[in-house]
Amino acid sequence: MQAEITAESAARAGARVARRSADTGAAFARLKPIVLPLAGTGSLIALWALLSATVSSDLPSPLQAWSESKRYVLEPFFKEGEMNQGIGRLAFYSLVRVAKGYLLAIAIGTPLGFVLGLSRTFAQAFDPLVQILRPISPLAWLPLGLILFRSSEPAALFTIAICAMWPTVINTALGVRSIQQEYLNVGRVLRLSTPVMLRKIVVPATLPYLFAGWRLSLGIAWLVIVAAEMLTGAPGVGGFLWQEYNSLVYSHIILAIVTIGLVGFALDRLMGRVEARFARA
Amino acid sequence: MSRPILELRDVEKRFPGRAQPVLSGVDLAVREGELVAVVGCSGAGKTTLVSLAAGLLAPERGEILFDGHPVCGPGPERAVVFQSYSLLPWMSALQNVMLAVRASAPELGRSAARERAREVLELVKLGAAVDRRPGELSGGMRQRVALARGLAMRPRLLLLDEPLSALDALTRAALQDELARIRSATHTTTILVTNDIDEAILLADVVHPLTRGPAARLLPAIPIEIPRPRARTRMSLAPGYQRARRAIVAALGARSARARHDAEPRAGSDAARAAVAESAR
Repeated sequence: MQAEITAESAARAGARVARRSADTGAAFARLKPIVLPLAGTGSLIALWALLSATVSSDLPSPLQAWSESKRYVLEPFFKEGEMNQGIGRLAFYSLVRVAKGYLLAIAIGTPLGFVLGLSRTFAQAFDPLVQILRPISPLAWLPLGLILFRSSEPAALFTIAICAMWPTVINTALGVRSIQQEYLNVGRVLRLSTPVMLRKIVVPATLPYLFAGWRLSLGIAWLVIVAAEMLTGAPGVGGFLWQEYNSLVYSHIILAIVTIGLVGFALDRLMGRVEARFARA
Repeated sequence: MSRPILELRDVEKRFPGRAQPVLSGVDLAVREGELVAVVGCSGAGKTTLVSLAAGLLAPERGEILFDGHPVCGPGPERAVVFQSYSLLPWMSALQNVMLAVRASAPELGRSAARERAREVLELVKLGAAVDRRPGELSGGMRQRVALARGLAMRPRLLLLDEPLSALDALTRAALQDELARIRSATHTTTILVTNDIDEAILLADVVHPLTRGPAARLLPAIPIEIPRPRARTRMSLAPGYQRARRAIVAALGARSARARHDAEPRAGSDAARAAVAESAR
Protein backbone atom coordinates (compact mmCIF):
# COMPACT_ATOMS: atom_id res chain seq x y z
CA MET A 1 0.00 0.00 0.00
CA GLN A 2 2.63 2.39 1.11
CA ALA A 3 4.81 1.42 -1.81
CA GLU A 4 1.89 1.85 -4.18
CA ILE A 5 1.25 5.40 -3.00
CA THR A 6 4.91 6.23 -3.29
CA ALA A 7 5.06 4.86 -6.79
CA GLU A 8 1.97 6.80 -7.77
CA SER A 9 3.19 10.08 -6.32
CA ALA A 10 6.57 9.50 -7.85
CA ALA A 11 4.93 9.03 -11.20
CA ARG A 12 2.90 12.16 -10.69
CA ALA A 13 5.99 14.10 -9.68
CA GLY A 14 7.74 12.75 -12.72
CA ALA A 15 4.94 13.99 -14.94
CA ARG A 16 5.15 17.36 -13.24
CA VAL A 17 8.86 17.55 -13.86
CA ALA A 18 8.33 16.57 -17.46
CA ARG A 19 5.66 19.20 -17.87
CA ARG A 20 7.83 21.81 -16.20
CA SER A 21 10.78 20.99 -18.44
CA ALA A 22 8.44 21.20 -21.45
CA ASP A 23 7.35 24.63 -20.20
CA THR A 24 10.90 25.78 -19.72
CA GLY A 25 11.72 24.39 -23.16
CA ALA A 26 8.98 26.51 -24.74
CA ALA A 27 10.05 29.55 -22.72
CA PHE A 28 13.63 29.05 -23.81
CA ALA A 29 12.58 28.79 -27.45
CA ARG A 30 10.80 32.10 -27.05
CA LEU A 31 13.78 33.75 -25.38
CA LYS A 32 16.31 32.29 -27.82
CA PRO A 33 16.43 35.33 -30.12
CA ILE A 34 17.36 37.46 -27.09
CA VAL A 35 19.47 35.06 -25.08
CA LEU A 36 21.72 33.75 -27.83
CA PRO A 37 22.89 37.13 -29.16
CA LEU A 38 23.55 38.22 -25.57
CA ALA A 39 25.54 35.06 -24.97
CA GLY A 40 27.55 35.70 -28.14
CA THR A 41 28.27 39.30 -27.19
CA GLY A 42 29.05 38.25 -23.64
CA SER A 43 31.62 35.74 -24.79
CA LEU A 44 33.32 38.37 -26.95
CA ILE A 45 33.49 40.75 -24.00
CA ALA A 46 34.89 37.95 -21.87
CA LEU A 47 37.57 37.28 -24.46
CA TRP A 48 38.36 40.99 -24.52
CA ALA A 49 38.62 41.07 -20.70
CA LEU A 50 40.87 38.04 -20.79
CA LEU A 51 43.13 39.60 -23.41
CA SER A 52 43.46 42.87 -21.58
CA ALA A 53 44.21 41.02 -18.34
CA THR A 54 46.82 38.73 -19.84
CA VAL A 55 48.68 39.42 -23.07
CA SER A 56 47.82 43.01 -23.97
CA SER A 57 48.29 45.33 -21.04
CA ASP A 58 47.66 48.44 -23.18
CA LEU A 59 44.18 47.26 -24.08
CA PRO A 60 41.74 48.72 -21.55
CA SER A 61 39.47 46.27 -19.81
CA PRO A 62 35.75 46.40 -20.65
CA LEU A 63 34.97 48.15 -17.39
CA GLN A 64 37.72 50.70 -17.84
CA ALA A 65 36.62 51.36 -21.42
CA TRP A 66 33.09 51.95 -20.23
CA SER A 67 34.00 54.27 -17.37
CA GLU A 68 36.25 56.34 -19.60
CA SER A 69 33.65 56.52 -22.39
CA LYS A 70 30.56 56.92 -20.24
CA ARG A 71 30.31 60.68 -20.66
CA TYR A 72 30.48 60.46 -24.46
CA VAL A 73 27.62 58.01 -24.52
CA LEU A 74 25.42 59.44 -21.78
CA GLU A 75 25.79 63.04 -22.99
CA PRO A 76 26.05 62.29 -26.70
CA PHE A 77 25.79 65.91 -27.83
CA PHE A 78 28.22 67.81 -25.56
CA LYS A 79 30.91 69.85 -27.24
CA GLU A 80 34.21 70.97 -25.70
CA GLY A 81 36.36 71.58 -28.73
CA GLU A 82 36.96 70.28 -32.22
CA MET A 83 37.50 66.65 -31.30
CA ASN A 84 36.23 66.47 -27.76
CA GLN A 85 32.53 66.00 -28.43
CA GLY A 86 29.77 63.56 -27.52
CA ILE A 87 29.66 60.47 -29.69
CA GLY A 88 26.23 61.40 -31.09
CA ARG A 89 27.63 64.66 -32.39
CA LEU A 90 30.67 62.96 -33.91
CA ALA A 91 28.52 60.29 -35.54
CA PHE A 92 26.30 63.03 -36.93
CA TYR A 93 29.26 64.78 -38.59
CA SER A 94 30.33 61.50 -40.10
CA LEU A 95 26.82 60.74 -41.29
CA VAL A 96 26.52 64.12 -43.01
CA ARG A 97 29.85 63.53 -44.74
CA VAL A 98 28.83 60.01 -45.77
CA ALA A 99 25.48 61.28 -47.02
CA LYS A 100 27.18 63.81 -49.29
CA GLY A 101 29.71 61.31 -50.60
CA TYR A 102 27.07 58.63 -51.01
CA LEU A 103 24.69 60.88 -52.92
CA LEU A 104 27.57 61.81 -55.18
CA ALA A 105 28.35 58.10 -55.64
CA ILE A 106 24.84 57.10 -56.67
CA ALA A 107 24.35 60.25 -58.72
CA ILE A 108 27.35 59.24 -60.83
CA GLY A 109 27.11 55.47 -60.46
CA THR A 110 23.48 54.98 -61.43
CA PRO A 111 23.56 56.64 -64.86
CA LEU A 112 26.98 55.09 -65.48
CA GLY A 113 25.52 51.67 -64.71
CA PHE A 114 22.62 52.25 -67.10
CA VAL A 115 24.93 53.30 -69.91
CA LEU A 116 27.20 50.30 -69.29
CA GLY A 117 24.19 48.01 -69.31
CA LEU A 118 22.57 49.48 -72.40
CA SER A 119 25.53 50.03 -74.69
CA ARG A 120 27.72 47.13 -75.64
CA THR A 121 30.32 49.48 -77.09
CA PHE A 122 30.48 51.48 -73.90
CA ALA A 123 30.65 48.30 -71.84
CA GLN A 124 33.56 46.98 -73.88
CA ALA A 125 35.36 50.28 -73.46
CA PHE A 126 34.86 50.70 -69.73
CA ASP A 127 34.16 47.30 -68.16
CA PRO A 128 37.85 46.46 -67.70
CA LEU A 129 38.41 49.87 -66.15
CA VAL A 130 35.57 49.32 -63.69
CA GLN A 131 37.05 45.97 -62.69
CA ILE A 132 40.44 47.58 -62.09
CA LEU A 133 39.21 50.64 -60.21
CA ARG A 134 36.81 48.70 -58.03
CA PRO A 135 39.30 46.98 -55.70
CA ILE A 136 41.35 50.12 -55.00
CA SER A 137 41.44 51.00 -51.32
CA PRO A 138 40.21 54.37 -50.06
CA LEU A 139 43.67 54.85 -48.59
CA ALA A 140 45.00 54.96 -52.14
CA TRP A 141 42.36 57.35 -53.46
CA LEU A 142 42.60 59.93 -50.70
CA PRO A 143 46.03 61.34 -51.54
CA LEU A 144 44.91 61.66 -55.15
CA GLY A 145 41.84 63.54 -53.95
CA LEU A 146 44.04 65.87 -51.90
CA ILE A 147 46.17 66.57 -54.95
CA LEU A 148 43.10 67.16 -57.12
CA PHE A 149 41.13 69.36 -54.74
CA ARG A 150 43.86 70.78 -52.44
CA SER A 151 41.43 70.64 -49.55
CA SER A 152 40.54 67.82 -47.21
CA GLU A 153 36.75 67.98 -47.26
CA PRO A 154 36.25 67.59 -51.03
CA ALA A 155 39.02 65.00 -51.03
CA ALA A 156 37.10 63.00 -48.42
CA LEU A 157 33.89 63.24 -50.44
CA PHE A 158 35.75 62.25 -53.60
CA THR A 159 37.16 59.20 -51.83
CA ILE A 160 33.80 58.12 -50.46
CA ALA A 161 32.13 58.60 -53.83
CA ILE A 162 34.73 56.80 -55.91
CA CYS A 163 34.91 53.84 -53.53
CA ALA A 164 31.18 53.53 -52.92
CA MET A 165 29.89 53.84 -56.47
CA TRP A 166 31.08 50.50 -57.87
CA PRO A 167 28.37 48.25 -56.44
CA THR A 168 25.79 50.66 -57.86
CA VAL A 169 27.51 50.73 -61.25
CA ILE A 170 27.93 46.97 -61.46
CA ASN A 171 24.48 46.08 -60.12
CA THR A 172 22.70 48.57 -62.35
CA ALA A 173 24.55 47.34 -65.42
CA LEU A 174 23.79 43.74 -64.48
CA GLY A 175 20.14 44.64 -63.89
CA VAL A 176 19.84 46.27 -67.28
CA ARG A 177 21.54 43.33 -68.98
CA SER A 178 19.23 40.86 -67.28
CA ILE A 179 16.00 42.53 -68.38
CA GLN A 180 13.91 39.81 -69.93
CA GLN A 181 14.01 39.96 -73.68
CA GLU A 182 10.24 39.68 -73.86
CA TYR A 183 9.84 43.04 -72.12
CA LEU A 184 12.20 44.64 -74.60
CA ASN A 185 10.34 43.01 -77.48
CA VAL A 186 7.13 44.62 -76.27
CA GLY A 187 8.90 47.96 -76.48
CA ARG A 188 10.21 47.17 -79.95
CA VAL A 189 6.82 46.12 -81.31
CA LEU A 190 5.28 49.29 -79.86
CA ARG A 191 8.22 51.22 -81.32
CA LEU A 192 8.59 53.16 -78.07
CA SER A 193 10.88 56.17 -78.10
CA THR A 194 14.07 55.82 -76.05
CA PRO A 195 12.85 58.01 -73.16
CA VAL A 196 9.55 56.10 -72.92
CA MET A 197 11.39 52.79 -73.20
CA LEU A 198 13.65 53.81 -70.30
CA ARG A 199 10.86 55.16 -68.16
CA LYS A 200 8.30 52.42 -68.72
CA ILE A 201 10.42 49.33 -69.20
CA VAL A 202 14.16 49.58 -68.51
CA VAL A 203 14.10 51.47 -65.21
CA PRO A 204 11.22 49.57 -63.58
CA ALA A 205 12.73 46.24 -64.65
CA THR A 206 16.11 47.24 -63.18
CA LEU A 207 14.75 48.58 -59.90
CA PRO A 208 15.43 45.53 -57.70
CA TYR A 209 19.07 45.43 -58.84
CA LEU A 210 19.31 49.18 -58.41
CA PHE A 211 18.22 49.03 -54.80
CA ALA A 212 20.58 46.16 -54.06
CA GLY A 213 23.41 48.25 -55.51
CA TRP A 214 22.42 51.32 -53.55
CA ARG A 215 22.37 49.30 -50.35
CA LEU A 216 25.83 47.85 -50.94
CA SER A 217 27.14 51.29 -51.86
CA LEU A 218 25.86 52.76 -48.63
CA GLY A 219 27.68 50.06 -46.68
CA ILE A 220 30.92 50.88 -48.46
CA ALA A 221 30.45 54.63 -48.05
CA TRP A 222 30.25 54.10 -44.32
CA LEU A 223 33.26 51.81 -44.40
CA VAL A 224 35.30 54.46 -46.17
CA ILE A 225 34.39 57.31 -43.80
CA VAL A 226 36.82 56.17 -41.12
CA ALA A 227 39.76 56.05 -43.49
CA ALA A 228 38.83 59.40 -45.01
CA GLU A 229 38.50 61.10 -41.63
CA MET A 230 41.62 59.49 -40.23
CA LEU A 231 43.76 60.86 -43.03
CA THR A 232 42.13 64.28 -43.27
CA GLY A 233 41.68 64.80 -39.52
CA ALA A 234 38.12 65.96 -40.04
CA PRO A 235 35.83 65.86 -36.99
CA GLY A 236 33.71 62.71 -36.92
CA VAL A 237 33.97 59.20 -35.52
CA GLY A 238 36.93 58.35 -37.72
CA GLY A 239 38.83 61.52 -36.92
CA PHE A 240 38.05 61.04 -33.24
CA LEU A 241 39.34 57.48 -33.35
CA TRP A 242 42.65 58.54 -34.86
CA GLN A 243 43.09 61.48 -32.53
CA GLU A 244 42.41 59.41 -29.44
CA TYR A 245 44.90 56.84 -30.66
CA ASN A 246 47.49 59.56 -30.94
CA SER A 247 46.62 60.88 -27.47
CA LEU A 248 46.82 57.33 -26.07
CA VAL A 249 43.17 57.21 -24.90
CA TYR A 250 42.63 53.66 -26.03
CA SER A 251 39.20 53.31 -24.45
CA HIS A 252 37.86 55.81 -26.93
CA ILE A 253 39.12 53.73 -29.83
CA ILE A 254 36.81 50.99 -28.67
CA LEU A 255 34.01 53.50 -28.23
CA ALA A 256 34.52 54.69 -31.80
CA ILE A 257 34.67 51.14 -33.17
CA VAL A 258 31.44 50.15 -31.44
CA THR A 259 29.75 53.33 -32.69
CA ILE A 260 30.86 52.74 -36.26
CA GLY A 261 29.53 49.20 -36.14
CA LEU A 262 26.18 50.16 -34.66
CA VAL A 263 25.62 53.05 -37.07
CA GLY A 264 26.58 50.89 -40.03
CA PHE A 265 24.18 48.20 -38.90
CA ALA A 266 21.39 50.75 -38.49
CA LEU A 267 22.06 52.19 -41.95
CA ASP A 268 21.90 48.75 -43.55
CA ARG A 269 18.66 47.94 -41.78
CA LEU A 270 17.16 51.25 -42.84
CA MET A 271 18.16 50.70 -46.45
CA GLY A 272 16.74 47.17 -46.26
CA ARG A 273 13.40 48.65 -45.23
CA VAL A 274 13.45 51.13 -48.10
CA GLU A 275 14.38 48.33 -50.47
CA ALA A 276 11.53 46.12 -49.30
CA ARG A 277 9.14 49.01 -49.73
CA PHE A 278 10.07 50.12 -53.24
CA ALA A 279 11.99 47.41 -55.06
CA ARG A 280 9.10 45.36 -56.41
CA ALA A 281 9.07 44.28 -60.00
CA MET B 1 -9.66 38.07 -104.05
CA SER B 2 -7.90 40.96 -102.35
CA ARG B 3 -4.13 41.36 -102.47
CA PRO B 4 -1.99 39.88 -99.69
CA ILE B 5 -1.31 42.16 -96.74
CA LEU B 6 1.64 40.02 -95.67
CA GLU B 7 3.79 38.00 -98.01
CA LEU B 8 6.75 35.75 -97.32
CA ARG B 9 8.67 34.72 -100.41
CA ASP B 10 11.20 31.91 -100.24
CA VAL B 11 12.28 32.94 -96.76
CA GLU B 12 15.21 31.25 -95.05
CA LYS B 13 16.33 31.80 -91.46
CA ARG B 14 19.54 30.48 -89.96
CA PHE B 15 20.88 30.80 -86.46
CA PRO B 16 24.58 31.16 -85.83
CA GLY B 17 26.35 27.94 -84.94
CA ARG B 18 23.79 25.72 -86.62
CA ALA B 19 24.55 23.82 -89.79
CA GLN B 20 21.01 23.72 -91.11
CA PRO B 21 18.55 26.58 -91.37
CA VAL B 22 15.53 26.60 -89.06
CA LEU B 23 13.19 27.67 -91.82
CA SER B 24 13.87 27.27 -95.48
CA GLY B 25 11.89 28.11 -98.58
CA VAL B 26 8.92 29.44 -96.66
CA ASP B 27 6.16 30.98 -98.76
CA LEU B 28 3.08 32.50 -97.22
CA ALA B 29 0.44 34.97 -98.31
CA VAL B 30 -2.10 36.39 -95.88
CA ARG B 31 -5.01 38.34 -97.28
CA GLU B 32 -6.85 41.22 -95.64
CA GLY B 33 -9.43 39.96 -93.15
CA GLU B 34 -8.19 36.37 -93.21
CA LEU B 35 -7.32 34.20 -90.24
CA VAL B 36 -4.42 31.98 -91.23
CA ALA B 37 -3.31 29.25 -88.86
CA VAL B 38 0.14 27.69 -88.93
CA VAL B 39 0.23 24.29 -87.29
CA GLY B 40 3.49 22.63 -86.36
CA CYS B 41 5.23 20.61 -83.67
CA SER B 42 7.27 22.07 -80.85
CA GLY B 43 10.62 23.27 -82.07
CA ALA B 44 9.61 23.34 -85.71
CA GLY B 45 10.29 27.07 -85.96
CA LYS B 46 6.88 28.54 -85.23
CA THR B 47 8.18 31.27 -82.94
CA THR B 48 10.85 32.06 -85.53
CA LEU B 49 8.16 32.44 -88.16
CA VAL B 50 6.20 34.87 -85.98
CA SER B 51 9.36 36.84 -85.13
CA LEU B 52 10.13 37.16 -88.83
CA ALA B 53 6.63 38.39 -89.68
CA ALA B 54 6.78 40.81 -86.75
CA GLY B 55 10.16 42.11 -87.89
CA LEU B 56 11.87 41.10 -84.66
CA LEU B 57 14.16 38.91 -86.77
CA ALA B 58 15.48 39.42 -90.28
CA PRO B 59 15.70 36.55 -92.78
CA GLU B 60 18.97 35.48 -94.42
CA ARG B 61 17.28 34.92 -97.74
CA GLY B 62 13.98 35.77 -99.39
CA GLU B 63 11.74 38.70 -98.71
CA ILE B 64 8.98 39.64 -96.32
CA LEU B 65 6.52 42.19 -97.61
CA PHE B 66 3.94 43.96 -95.53
CA ASP B 67 1.40 45.90 -97.53
CA GLY B 68 3.75 45.66 -100.49
CA HIS B 69 6.78 47.09 -98.67
CA PRO B 70 9.72 45.13 -97.26
CA VAL B 71 9.55 44.66 -93.50
CA CYS B 72 12.56 46.18 -91.80
CA GLY B 73 11.76 46.08 -88.11
CA PRO B 74 8.85 45.68 -85.75
CA GLY B 75 5.98 48.13 -85.54
CA PRO B 76 2.58 48.56 -83.91
CA GLU B 77 0.71 47.88 -87.17
CA ARG B 78 1.84 44.27 -86.70
CA ALA B 79 0.85 43.48 -83.11
CA VAL B 80 2.29 40.37 -81.48
CA VAL B 81 0.66 38.38 -78.70
CA PHE B 82 3.63 36.53 -77.27
CA GLN B 83 3.58 32.94 -76.08
CA SER B 84 4.67 34.00 -72.59
CA TYR B 85 2.22 36.95 -72.41
CA SER B 86 5.09 39.42 -71.83
CA LEU B 87 2.98 41.69 -69.68
CA LEU B 88 4.96 44.27 -67.74
CA PRO B 89 4.59 43.13 -64.12
CA TRP B 90 4.98 46.62 -62.62
CA MET B 91 1.89 47.90 -64.44
CA SER B 92 -1.79 47.15 -63.97
CA ALA B 93 -3.75 45.44 -66.73
CA LEU B 94 -5.13 48.82 -67.78
CA GLN B 95 -1.69 50.44 -67.79
CA ASN B 96 -0.29 47.60 -69.90
CA VAL B 97 -3.01 48.12 -72.49
CA MET B 98 -2.77 51.92 -72.21
CA LEU B 99 0.94 51.80 -73.02
CA ALA B 100 0.09 50.02 -76.27
CA VAL B 101 -2.72 52.45 -77.11
CA ARG B 102 -0.58 55.52 -76.44
CA ALA B 103 2.29 54.12 -78.50
CA SER B 104 0.16 53.07 -81.47
CA ALA B 105 -2.18 56.06 -81.47
CA PRO B 106 -0.21 59.05 -80.15
CA GLU B 107 -2.89 61.41 -81.46
CA LEU B 108 -5.31 60.18 -78.81
CA GLY B 109 -5.38 62.13 -75.57
CA ARG B 110 -4.86 60.43 -72.24
CA SER B 111 -8.55 60.09 -71.48
CA ALA B 112 -9.46 58.86 -74.96
CA ALA B 113 -6.65 56.31 -74.73
CA ARG B 114 -7.92 55.18 -71.35
CA GLU B 115 -11.39 54.88 -72.84
CA ARG B 116 -10.15 52.67 -75.67
CA ALA B 117 -8.10 50.53 -73.31
CA ARG B 118 -11.15 49.99 -71.11
CA GLU B 119 -13.29 49.10 -74.12
CA VAL B 120 -10.85 46.44 -75.28
CA LEU B 121 -10.54 45.03 -71.78
CA GLU B 122 -14.34 44.82 -71.70
CA LEU B 123 -14.23 42.99 -75.02
CA VAL B 124 -11.97 40.31 -73.52
CA LYS B 125 -14.24 40.26 -70.44
CA LEU B 126 -11.72 41.71 -68.03
CA GLY B 127 -13.63 44.89 -67.22
CA ALA B 128 -13.64 44.03 -63.51
CA ALA B 129 -9.92 43.39 -63.19
CA VAL B 130 -8.41 46.39 -64.98
CA ASP B 131 -6.52 47.67 -61.94
CA ARG B 132 -4.88 44.39 -61.05
CA ARG B 133 -1.27 43.66 -61.85
CA PRO B 134 -0.28 40.58 -63.89
CA GLY B 135 0.96 38.88 -60.72
CA GLU B 136 -2.56 39.05 -59.31
CA LEU B 137 -4.18 37.51 -62.39
CA SER B 138 -4.60 33.86 -63.40
CA GLY B 139 -2.91 32.52 -66.52
CA GLY B 140 -6.11 32.78 -68.54
CA MET B 141 -6.68 36.35 -67.42
CA ARG B 142 -3.09 37.30 -68.27
CA GLN B 143 -3.58 35.89 -71.73
CA ARG B 144 -6.72 37.99 -72.07
CA VAL B 145 -4.78 41.11 -71.12
CA ALA B 146 -2.08 40.22 -73.65
CA LEU B 147 -4.76 39.76 -76.30
CA ALA B 148 -6.39 43.04 -75.30
CA ARG B 149 -3.04 44.77 -75.62
CA GLY B 150 -2.66 43.40 -79.15
CA LEU B 151 -6.19 44.37 -80.17
CA ALA B 152 -5.95 47.82 -78.58
CA MET B 153 -3.23 48.73 -81.04
CA ARG B 154 -5.84 48.28 -83.82
CA PRO B 155 -3.18 46.48 -85.83
CA ARG B 156 -3.53 45.70 -89.49
CA LEU B 157 -2.11 42.28 -88.70
CA LEU B 158 -2.36 40.40 -85.42
CA LEU B 159 0.29 37.76 -84.78
CA LEU B 160 -0.65 35.16 -82.19
CA ASP B 161 2.32 33.02 -81.12
CA GLU B 162 0.86 29.92 -79.48
CA PRO B 163 -1.30 32.22 -77.39
CA LEU B 164 -3.06 29.48 -75.46
CA SER B 165 -0.36 26.85 -75.10
CA ALA B 166 0.50 27.74 -71.51
CA LEU B 167 -3.07 27.27 -70.29
CA ASP B 168 -4.87 24.27 -68.85
CA ALA B 169 -7.30 22.43 -71.15
CA LEU B 170 -10.50 23.96 -69.80
CA THR B 171 -9.24 27.54 -69.83
CA ARG B 172 -7.84 26.89 -73.23
CA ALA B 173 -11.18 25.75 -74.63
CA ALA B 174 -12.95 28.73 -73.10
CA LEU B 175 -10.42 31.14 -74.58
CA GLN B 176 -10.64 29.51 -78.00
CA ASP B 177 -14.36 30.29 -78.01
CA GLU B 178 -13.53 33.82 -76.87
CA LEU B 179 -11.04 34.20 -79.69
CA ALA B 180 -13.70 33.11 -82.19
CA ARG B 181 -16.17 35.61 -80.74
CA ILE B 182 -13.66 38.49 -80.64
CA ARG B 183 -12.52 37.65 -84.12
CA SER B 184 -16.09 37.86 -85.47
CA ALA B 185 -16.41 41.23 -83.73
CA THR B 186 -13.18 42.77 -85.00
CA HIS B 187 -12.28 41.00 -88.28
CA THR B 188 -8.60 41.76 -87.69
CA THR B 189 -6.32 39.96 -90.12
CA THR B 190 -4.62 37.33 -88.00
CA ILE B 191 -1.87 34.74 -88.11
CA LEU B 192 -2.38 32.10 -85.45
CA VAL B 193 0.56 29.84 -84.74
CA THR B 194 -0.35 26.76 -82.76
CA ASN B 195 0.45 23.11 -82.09
CA ASP B 196 -3.24 22.25 -81.64
CA ILE B 197 -4.89 21.02 -84.84
CA ASP B 198 -8.44 21.39 -83.48
CA GLU B 199 -7.72 24.94 -82.35
CA ALA B 200 -6.58 25.76 -85.87
CA ILE B 201 -9.65 24.18 -87.46
CA LEU B 202 -11.99 25.91 -85.01
CA LEU B 203 -10.61 29.37 -85.69
CA ALA B 204 -8.94 29.54 -89.07
CA ASP B 205 -10.01 30.21 -92.62
CA VAL B 206 -7.00 28.31 -93.93
CA VAL B 207 -4.38 26.16 -92.22
CA HIS B 208 -0.74 25.83 -93.28
CA PRO B 209 1.04 22.82 -91.81
CA LEU B 210 4.67 23.57 -90.89
CA THR B 211 6.98 20.62 -91.45
CA ARG B 212 9.31 19.41 -88.76
CA GLY B 213 12.67 21.15 -88.59
CA PRO B 214 15.43 21.60 -89.40
CA ALA B 215 14.83 23.49 -92.63
CA ALA B 216 11.12 23.50 -91.92
CA ARG B 217 8.85 24.86 -94.59
CA LEU B 218 5.17 25.66 -94.92
CA LEU B 219 2.98 23.25 -96.85
CA PRO B 220 0.20 24.51 -99.11
CA ALA B 221 -2.89 25.93 -97.47
CA ILE B 222 -5.69 23.62 -96.45
CA PRO B 223 -8.97 25.58 -96.53
CA ILE B 224 -11.37 25.04 -93.65
CA GLU B 225 -14.85 24.87 -95.11
CA ILE B 226 -16.96 24.79 -92.01
CA PRO B 227 -19.61 27.48 -91.71
CA ARG B 228 -19.38 29.92 -88.79
CA PRO B 229 -20.20 30.12 -86.00
CA ARG B 230 -18.37 26.86 -85.40
CA ALA B 231 -19.60 25.17 -82.27
CA ARG B 232 -16.87 23.15 -80.63
CA THR B 233 -19.32 20.40 -79.68
CA ARG B 234 -20.80 19.83 -83.14
CA MET B 235 -17.82 20.80 -85.25
CA SER B 236 -16.54 17.25 -85.55
CA LEU B 237 -19.78 16.28 -87.31
CA ALA B 238 -19.32 18.85 -90.06
CA PRO B 239 -18.18 17.19 -93.29
CA GLY B 240 -15.39 19.72 -93.71
CA TYR B 241 -13.89 18.87 -90.32
CA GLN B 242 -12.77 15.30 -90.93
CA ARG B 243 -11.48 16.22 -94.36
CA ALA B 244 -9.39 19.12 -93.03
CA ARG B 245 -8.12 17.18 -90.04
CA ARG B 246 -7.06 14.22 -92.14
CA ALA B 247 -5.25 16.49 -94.55
CA ILE B 248 -3.35 18.30 -91.78
CA VAL B 249 -2.40 15.12 -89.92
CA ALA B 250 -1.29 13.50 -93.13
CA ALA B 251 0.82 16.50 -94.10
CA LEU B 252 2.49 16.74 -90.69
CA GLY B 253 2.92 13.00 -90.28
CA ALA B 254 4.35 12.28 -93.70
CA ARG B 255 6.98 14.94 -93.30
CA SER B 256 7.83 14.17 -89.72
CA ALA B 257 8.48 10.48 -90.46
CA ARG B 258 11.06 11.46 -93.03
CA ALA B 259 12.70 14.22 -91.05
CA ARG B 260 12.63 12.61 -87.63
CA HIS B 261 16.04 11.00 -87.61
CA ASP B 262 17.88 14.29 -88.09
CA ALA B 263 15.50 16.56 -86.23
CA GLU B 264 16.65 18.72 -83.34
CA PRO B 265 13.56 18.68 -81.17
CA ARG B 266 12.62 21.74 -79.15
CA ALA B 267 15.91 23.52 -79.67
CA GLY B 268 14.44 25.76 -82.35
CA SER B 269 12.28 28.03 -80.22
CA ASP B 270 15.06 28.58 -77.71
CA ALA B 271 17.39 29.53 -80.51
CA ALA B 272 14.75 31.87 -81.91
CA ARG B 273 14.45 33.66 -78.63
CA ALA B 274 18.23 33.92 -78.28
CA ALA B 275 18.50 35.28 -81.80
CA VAL B 276 15.82 37.88 -81.15
CA ALA B 277 17.79 38.91 -78.07
CA GLU B 278 20.93 39.13 -80.16
CA SER B 279 19.36 41.25 -82.86
CA ALA B 280 17.91 43.64 -80.28
CA ARG B 281 21.28 44.63 -78.85
